[in-house]
Amino acid sequence: MKRRLLDLGFQALALLILLLALGSLAALIADVWADGASRLSWAFLTGFPSRRAADAGIYHALTGSIFVILVTGALAVPIGVASAIYLEEYGRRNFMARIIEINITNLAAVPSIIYGLLGLGLFVRAMGMGRSVMAGASTLALLVLPVVILATREALRAVPSSIREGSYALGATKWQTIWFQVLPIALPGILTGMILALSRAIGETAPLISIGALTFVAFAPNSIWSPFTVLPIQIFNWVSRPQVEFQANAAAGILVLLSLLLTMNAAAIWLRDHYQKKLS
Amino acid sequence: MSEAAIVPRSLADVAARDKDQQPAGNLPPKIQAEGLNFFYDETRALADISIAIQPNVVTAFIGPSGCGKSTFLRTLNRMNDIIPGARVEGKVLIDDSDIYGPGVDVVGLRRRVGMVFQKSNPFPKSIFDNVAYGLRINGMAGSRSDLAARVEESLRQAALWDEVKDRLDASALTLSGGQQQRLCIARALAVRPDILLMDEPASALDPIATQRIEELVYDLKKTYTIVIVTHNMQQAARVSDYTAFFWLGRLVEYDRTDKMFTNPTEKLTEDYVTGRFG
Repeated sequence: MKRRLLDLGFQALALLILLLALGSLAALIADVWADGASRLSWAFLTGFPSRRAADAGIYHALTGSIFVILVTGALAVPIGVASAIYLEEYGRRNFMARIIEINITNLAAVPSIIYGLLGLGLFVRAMGMGRSVMAGASTLALLVLPVVILATREALRAVPSSIREGSYALGATKWQTIWFQVLPIALPGILTGMILALSRAIGETAPLISIGALTFVAFAPNSIWSPFTVLPIQIFNWVSRPQVEFQANAAAGILVLLSLLLTMNAAAIWLRDHYQKKLS
Repeated sequence: MSEAAIVPRSLADVAARDKDQQPAGNLPPKIQAEGLNFFYDETRALADISIAIQPNVVTAFIGPSGCGKSTFLRTLNRMNDIIPGARVEGKVLIDDSDIYGPGVDVVGLRRRVGMVFQKSNPFPKSIFDNVAYGLRINGMAGSRSDLAARVEESLRQAALWDEVKDRLDASALTLSGGQQQRLCIARALAVRPDILLMDEPASALDPIATQRIEELVYDLKKTYTIVIVTHNMQQAARVSDYTAFFWLGRLVEYDRTDKMFTNPTEKLTEDYVTGRFG
């Protein structure tokens, strides 16, 4: 009887904690919604910044964010997946490998502002990219690279060795085995890691501010060499204005950013389920 | 147990004596190991194995768990190469060429020496693609109709065709355990190996599925040289022509299956096959 009571008590506690977490998120969204929903309109989504809060829109920052994330993904995913394949499938398990492994884990924990300073020194100045989409995306790519590598390695490691052996036993080369058997099975895990990494990148503000992404741009980026801004920077900019109307803009901006994030996460879940279904 | 008591006798003696009743004994051996040692890091898992395996017969490897029978099987298609720290000394000749010699094409070797594993391991793809995979990666696919014909032929050889012909596009994971194992056999046969290695292929199957695999092995030996590892002595007695008994990484005795089970030379073999240990 006592054991069952304990069981019930634990269940209730867990539920309470879950409700607390979800409740605070819901309260946050409700609060932002109350402040910003009135500003959400097609004109807000397609408008450019303005000195008058009521005319200001978010088009430049929204396109900036999407553009930066796409370039970040295009840089970080191939490099990250390739690194993970090398480390997991080809690299020897020696002292060097251990050092690299530990450092990748460490890199995942480095504060993002440090990456911003690296990006400023390396991409903006030394490589002469200026304050462009390319410089921002390269910085964010470095930032999320460890996450992509770690997630991909986990996904590769989860592929049963019996599948690899089955492939080798038919006369497959290592590359054929990886490409035709291991990667398709690891794909859902890799995709999930990739989208979670990009979700992290899309919310980053500090590294982009430190490389000098503009806080006021009156145009949408039209090439990877354009100056740009992103949603979090625009939100930060509005929040720091004294006028209450700009606070409403900030809240509306947060709603846009949140929807973008939730869409990406939903896509991650859908992709994972879709591929898992195909496999079983 | 003194070392001398368990030194393996070479097949040459067996073959010479059995010349009259066993025509296969006259043929040159398909697989021949000479003084083979195998190490996992510092642990010696196989000690000085010498054996000559005849073509187109079924040879069974028996012995208690950890005796090295599976390890030895996996040296025959160099499957142990992918285990870190594994090391081989000695020779394994297949058709008179050393598969551990310099410049050997391991990928080509594995195509010629097929393998079926203890736990069926179909790829998470369609039934058709499972069988077609080996053909595609080895550049043996040919035209679409060639490929389809080859897949059908392999599934027929593995006695699976009638059960799956209407659902070749279904996932291989929808098949039963016994069907999955026969699919793995079909997959191995598709690339036309000469040798088929089977590592306890029926150990996870029910008696009826096991019987089907055994019948299949019996049919396949007309075309293939088959080496089967089994912990089931009745199975070894039923399906094999020759039996090799391994113990503690050594080959204790190797002879015709009927002799191994009725009148073995070594006391240790007798104790094992009569179930006194293992």
